[in-house]
Amino acid sequence: MHDRGGWPTEARIDRSEHELADWELMMDAIVGALGGRGLMNVDELRRGIESMPANAYEQASYYERWLYSVESILAEKGVLAAGELDKRIGR
Amino acid sequence: MSEHDHDHGHDHPHAPITNGDEPAAAPRVRALEELLVEKGVIAREDVRARIDWLVSRSPGDGARLVARAWVDPAFKARLLEDARAAALELGLDPGPSPVVVGVENTADVHHMVVCTLCSCYPRALLGPPPDWYKSLPYRSRAVSDPRGVLSEFGVELDDDVEVRVLDSTADIRYLVIPRRPDGSDGMTEEELASLVTRDSMIGVAEPAAPAPVG
Repeated sequence: MHDRGGWPTEARIDRSEHELADWELMMDAIVGALGGRGLMNVDELRRGIESMPANAYEQASYYERWLYSVESILAEKGVLAAGELDKRIGR
Repeated sequence: MSEHDHDHGHDHPHAPITNGDEPAAAPRVRALEELLVEKGVIAREDVRARIDWLVSRSPGDGARLVARAWVDPAFKARLLEDARAAALELGLDPGPSPVVVGVENTADVHHMVVCTLCSCYPRALLGPPPDWYKSLPYRSRAVSDPRGVLSEFGVELDDDVEVRVLDSTADIRYLVIPRRPDGSDGMTEEELASLVTRDSMIGVAEPAAPAPVG
């Protein structure tokens, strides 16, 4: 699902680009900062992304996948408690 | 998209938690950062510094490497060997990527770069990768139909040109040295660098053509 090399598709490549939004830059920087603290490396980031359900993976934007991965890896490591982030944003 | 228009229960001033048409991930990322900073897991200054670094990166650095390689064969040899060391030589920041190597396009061989698994890319030298580089169709078709992709990007290669598709990984990344354009003989290194586009260093475009003389 994530391993796209040669995946059969004739879909055209959408070449429109966007400047990274502040939350996307922040997501990127959070991962870097976690890496700097030895709490998450790029292989773990990928493992988290690759464990997304196929449908969610296909639909998520790039940094939405990072968010998904960081939430699950940090929960796994006990850095974030279950539901802690939801509670913070008031869901 | 705005299920966050409630009062979120604390009154210290900060940036609005959601803006306009943002995806739900946006306020969630801000909340994640707040939480991790509060817990002392990461430092806000570190996050800030990393954002500043990322927005400061541009293809201009890669272009300087390519322009130098065009005018200095010994430098080109070093760039093909180890682009990190070559970047340091020019006083450029090669970033944290472990290994970056240059690959040279010639009359006989054309390289293009993809990351089939995700998005590995020499960000320090080229800036953040474009959206299409991270897109599922590019990641699939760069491998299954490289000539078709090149054609879609406006690169038409003769049939006898060998196409080499390089798959980036977390451990090794590539910087394409495109072919120096015809008609660029008298140009300075700085002028040459202005011809080197980001896409030409990914291998999906030719460099810009020199402005006609006179």
